[in-house]
Amino acid sequence: MFALVDVNNMYVSCERVFNPQLAGKPLVVLSSNDGACIARSNEAKDLGIQMAQPWFQVRHLVKSKDLVALSANFELYADMSSRMMAITARFTPVAIPYSIDEAFLDFEGIPGDLTEICRELRATVLKELGLPTSLGLANTKTLAKLANHIAKTCDRKPTVYGAEVSARLSQVCNFAELREAELEALMCRTDVGDVWGVGRKIGEKLRAGGVKTVLDLVRADAATLRREFSVVFEKTVLELRGQPCMGVEEAPSAKQQILVSRSFGKPVTHLEGIEEAVSEFASRAAEKLRLQDSMAGAIQVFITTSPFRANDRQHSPSMTVPVRPTADSRHLVGAAVRAAREMFRPGFNYTKAGCMLLDLQAKQAAAQQSELDLFAEPEPQSPAAGQAKDRSSLMDAMDSLNRRFGRGAVRIGSATTAVANDSGAASWSVKQDRRTPRYTTRWDEIPRVRC
Amino acid sequence: MNDEFGDTFPDGARVRADRHSATQRPREPSASSGFGSPGSDFTVKRIDLNDALIRHPQATFVMRATGDAMVEAGVWDNDVLVVDRAITAAHGHLVVARLDDELVCRRLVMADGIVALESAEAMPVRVVCNEERPLEVWGVVTYVIKPMLV
Repeated sequence: MFALVDVNNMYVSCERVFNPQLAGKPLVVLSSNDGACIARSNEAKDLGIQMAQPWFQVRHLVKSKDLVALSANFELYADMSSRMMAITARFTPVAIPYSIDEAFLDFEGIPGDLTEICRELRATVLKELGLPTSLGLANTKTLAKLANHIAKTCDRKPTVYGAEVSARLSQVCNFAELREAELEALMCRTDVGDVWGVGRKIGEKLRAGGVKTVLDLVRADAATLRREFSVVFEKTVLELRGQPCMGVEEAPSAKQQILVSRSFGKPVTHLEGIEEAVSEFASRAAEKLRLQDSMAGAIQVFITTSPFRANDRQHSPSMTVPVRPTADSRHLVGAAVRAAREMFRPGFNYTKAGCMLLDLQAKQAAAQQSELDLFAEPEPQSPAAGQAKDRSSLMDAMDSLNRRFGRGAVRIGSATTAVANDSGAASWSVKQDRRTPRYTTRWDEIPRVRC
Repeated sequence: MNDEFGDTFPDGARVRADRHSATQRPREPSASSGFGSPGSDFTVKRIDLNDALIRHPQATFVMRATGDAMVEAGVWDNDVLVVDRAITAAHGHLVVARLDDELVCRRLVMADGIVALESAEAMPVRVVCNEERPLEVWGVVTYVIKPMLV
């Protein structure tokens, strides 16, 4: 059995933990340079604000509807995320973070009532962190993700599936407890676009072919689907039919973040090894980023020891470095290596590391934004006007060499971080007029309590 | 201020994100002395304040006290509070609670059918919680860290 746990409106929920004034208000969190809404409270969703909607389009709601807008505080979100992941790991040894706010849990071999265990997990995260979560349980990851979607919808909009069903399935929804007829009724009321792995393009194509609901997709002809779509998508459909095709570590990539992480063959105890690993992970993440024509506004780096090596002392730090939106491997690798150096402690057996790119935005939107941004700092170290272009053609060249000669044929050495440091991401100040204090990662910004 | 404590103490801005997610502090590198290591199998761990002050690492947050309403309870203006959200608040606990849209530190009173938040000053002020103003505990204060160097 798999479970997918995720935090409801993660960024917004993190802000509310430390600022009670935000409770119940329409609230959005803005991307780097305050360009677009990247998180919305339910109240903001009810105002009709869309995901990724540009800020200037909704700004008038501040006056008319008491909308509150905050700049993204990625250090806070990443710290709350690592706390949340650590809590979920108490409930099963196999808890794999999938993005900043969600993790897949594998309950294989865990005795007891899994629905109850998940309710307890939810209550624990809520008590210890103040973050509301939703959980979906099923025997495949794609179904667990769908169950999670239904758990959340039942919580937020009880009318969609009806009051009785919503009361039972809200917050924690376990498909294994449902009769087949009930599962089909749910699938019949769920849009095909809500299935994990059905993006905008596939969704349009499916709808054009008459496949509108999840149930339509489950009942569609497998051979036709295989002809029309990819093998990966066939897996999605098989999983929807209850046939597990994806292991717990395997997953289509998330839309909002790019995560590259891997366990080491054997424990790494030296900084050089860690630097090499995070350099590679950051490079691969940057490559994926460029493949989808995006830029990242922050990179989260984590290194961890293994909780299963019972005699080892444990150290699992994570750090987020905001950067001026970039798709340049050198900047991302530089930031990742700096974070690794900061976090590394001698004397530990590190067994896994990873890099996650956050605050992803379309390259064009990001470029436009910085052109419009009169007060933004000029790109450091770009005396030549054509440098930005050179840089992206360098990245293009790197990507094509790597495609041709295999991954990692051309790499950013961690040695180049000296350069990255000088022109460095950290020295670029991202415009974030509305950022809240970094409550949990900076001593001079800890929350104030009135006495 | 607090130079002796390097980056582990409240006034150093150098403390980073990993401080809270780390469950244990590492030992110092040991190989730098001229005597060599007298048996690298035997490792000792220097006393670590995190062990003493943080019982639930994921659920623990630090906050800064502002104001003088809790001086009788030992909390001075500008002290650092260690706040644990995993502990269930009980009568007599010093708690951080939500009161009228802000976070306040008060003594929790749960006795004789009354639930209230009480200040600790010469003339204590008691705010009784009820249906209109329900008790919303944010966390329980487990330690107070105060600078003593003048």
